[in-house]
Amino acid sequence: MSTPAEVVSPINTGPTGSAVKAVRRSFASPLASVLVILLTVLWTVPTFGLFIASFRPSGASATSGWWTAFAHPQLTLSNYNTVLFHSANFGTSGGIMPFLVNSLAITIPATLFPLSIAAMAAYVLAWVKFRGSDALFFFIFALQVVPLQLALVPLLQLFSGGAHIGTIALIPALNVSGTYVSLWTAHTMFALPLAIYLLHNFIAQIPRDLIEAGLVDGASHFRVFRTIILPLATPALAAFAIFQFLWVWNDLLVGLTFAGGSQAVEPLTVRLSQMVGSFGGRWELLTAGAFIAIIVPLAVFFSLQRYFVRGLLAGSVKG
Amino acid sequence: MFSTSGTRGPRTRSHDEHTRPHARRRALLTAAASASLLAAACSSGSKGTQATPSLTGDCAQYQAYAGHSGTTVTMFASIISPESDSLQKSWAQFTHCTGIKISYEGSNDFESQLGVRVSGGNAPDLAVIPQPGLLAQMVKTHKVVKPPADTVSNENNWAPIWKQYATVNGTFYAAPMSANMKSLVWYSPKAFRTAGYQVPTTWSDLMSLSAKIATSGKGKPWCGGISSGTATGWPATDWLEEVVLGKYGGQVYDDWVSHKAKFSDPQIQDAMKTVQNWMLNPAWVNGGFGGVKTIATTTFQDAGKPILKGDCWMLQQASFYEAQWPTGTQVGPDGDVFAFYLPAAGSTQTPVEGGGEFVTAFSSRPEVQAVQNYLSTPQWAEARIKVARGWVSANEKVDKTLYTDPIDQLSAKYLTDPNSTFRFDASDLMPAAIGSGEEWKAMTAWFAQGWNTTQVAQDIDSAWPSS
Repeated sequence: MSTPAEVVSPINTGPTGSAVKAVRRSFASPLASVLVILLTVLWTVPTFGLFIASFRPSGASATSGWWTAFAHPQLTLSNYNTVLFHSANFGTSGGIMPFLVNSLAITIPATLFPLSIAAMAAYVLAWVKFRGSDALFFFIFALQVVPLQLALVPLLQLFSGGAHIGTIALIPALNVSGTYVSLWTAHTMFALPLAIYLLHNFIAQIPRDLIEAGLVDGASHFRVFRTIILPLATPALAAFAIFQFLWVWNDLLVGLTFAGGSQAVEPLTVRLSQMVGSFGGRWELLTAGAFIAIIVPLAVFFSLQRYFVRGLLAGSVKG
Repeated sequence: MFSTSGTRGPRTRSHDEHTRPHARRRALLTAAASASLLAAACSSGSKGTQATPSLTGDCAQYQAYAGHSGTTVTMFASIISPESDSLQKSWAQFTHCTGIKISYEGSNDFESQLGVRVSGGNAPDLAVIPQPGLLAQMVKTHKVVKPPADTVSNENNWAPIWKQYATVNGTFYAAPMSANMKSLVWYSPKAFRTAGYQVPTTWSDLMSLSAKIATSGKGKPWCGGISSGTATGWPATDWLEEVVLGKYGGQVYDDWVSHKAKFSDPQIQDAMKTVQNWMLNPAWVNGGFGGVKTIATTTFQDAGKPILKGDCWMLQQASFYEAQWPTGTQVGPDGDVFAFYLPAAGSTQTPVEGGGEFVTAFSSRPEVQAVQNYLSTPQWAEARIKVARGWVSANEKVDKTLYTDPIDQLSAKYLTDPNSTFRFDASDLMPAAIGSGEEWKAMTAWFAQGWNTTQVAQDIDSAWPSS
């Protein structure tokens, strides 16, 4: 894992190098540090407020701000107890625990599927020349423009009724609405354009010599992909995995639409949105539930964050 | 699981779970040639499709719905916890006795999600629709199924106007499930008693009381809040609706809903002027918050809180506002807060503005119809009333002595009064582009930006969909 130093060092020469140096110098100044700290604090205050509010007793958030909790500390763990274990409040057994499991069961496959498909597609589009490969790549890239909301109803129709022209069934009724399969498929579909684009740009920058050396030695494309591309593309893969994981974990719209009323597959976000109550009275439950929902993405982010910054730059810097 | 359920889809999953072990057991036992044991193993209700089992004891009252054990009916609604918990408790015994499981889902995105699911071919078996306008929109998709005969006859226990709201193009589609009353004014009986004020019973009394409070120097007579997230503006539409109905009666109200009477027509303009002298009167509002503009920025949940502090005296808000009072607030004729009936702003006989929910079916499976029938009965309404307060049925057969909550009693009294002029919340009847769109926006601008009544009317009238 010594690659960052090697990648960065050649940039320091030449005109662009001095620009980078200047930027780096200005970032290192004390003023910039103060600014960064200030911004960080500003960005964290709402989350912190949420955190405090989640420990305040029922009704307290409606009458006074969370900061008053410091002057009159009156904190309780009962919100978390209710949200996690109290069945009576939600009409299902075990509070939000089953939904936490649902969310994991949705998110992990919905991250791995697009990741593996996109990695293979990106390699082929970048390194295997065939007629129309550029046009195909451009087409996939352009698909990012299609808003997700536009595809909800047709996709739902496909899942529940299949596709027909007149009476001829092009695709038979899949009968997967209200199951994990529909959620995985939907998330995978919506993720692929960006995933292929991101990974393509990264994989296309892997030195040609490496791939040609592999091919000359008699390796198949699959072998090259597995032994050369995948290890080198790890930062980009990890970065996209984080993106996709966070996106799917936080998604409400797709979950609400495709889980289709079956509580056995509904993700946590759907439950969270119901927690506040018909007239928005149960703030203490919403905040506690939201904090539990934050834990998993935080863990994922911190365990993969060293890839994150490098992956974000994927495709943006030549080097 | 999926290999066995095949094309029958996930909805029948629990049915399969229920019968498959029996089938396996049956095979084993037949092999052992012990026919008597077989009969014993299968004597439960799981064979209901062949012969209707007879329910006994406490379950006898559910006999009419028997014979569908092991089935599941999906239900989608906008009611979420804690109200939905009471709802689910209310049919617990029904489920226990009949074996019909009701898989309930509540969402605060109900209005948009229902459309997506229905046009996506993934409609719930039953949807509880709170807006007749949305019901009409669903009927247009041709996916709504007409209710069974028992539901239709049970519906006759409601005032005839309810049937009209659930009727699209001459066909009745959905029986109402609950009703709520909006024509209420919240006040503090304790504060009124201390100050020596009487509860006004006519509009002019209400106005002179307001003027009296305004000059007394102790807070302002009215407070209000119309902020409500993406639905900001809806409480203001209620104020106008109350005045239109009270002043000009049901016919003008109905014409107004169908846009035969425009917002710019003299009568509606006059009603808006009345609202202007009432809720936009700088001397009268906004007790505990500030000037008229603060009505637009105050959430409807917080609007009544100054009544408890004595900064404000009255709040016009629906019966369901009861849930917003802080825990420990006594609600009752002698308590911290209570509500009085908002008197008619004109000569209309007992105008009552309210809302309700309609149980709409998207499937005609027998178990769906059984649930639909059950929910339309006074028995179910009574079961729901017993679970928790804050719920009212306008079914005339419901035993009114069951209501324990004074607000529920008050609402039930007016909602089932044969002499009252009941009308559904107009903004729920108007096309969605107006009733949950332009009207909210224009009314919010009325309060927040000081638009005049002509401007508000022009804005709404020009946004009215042409078809």
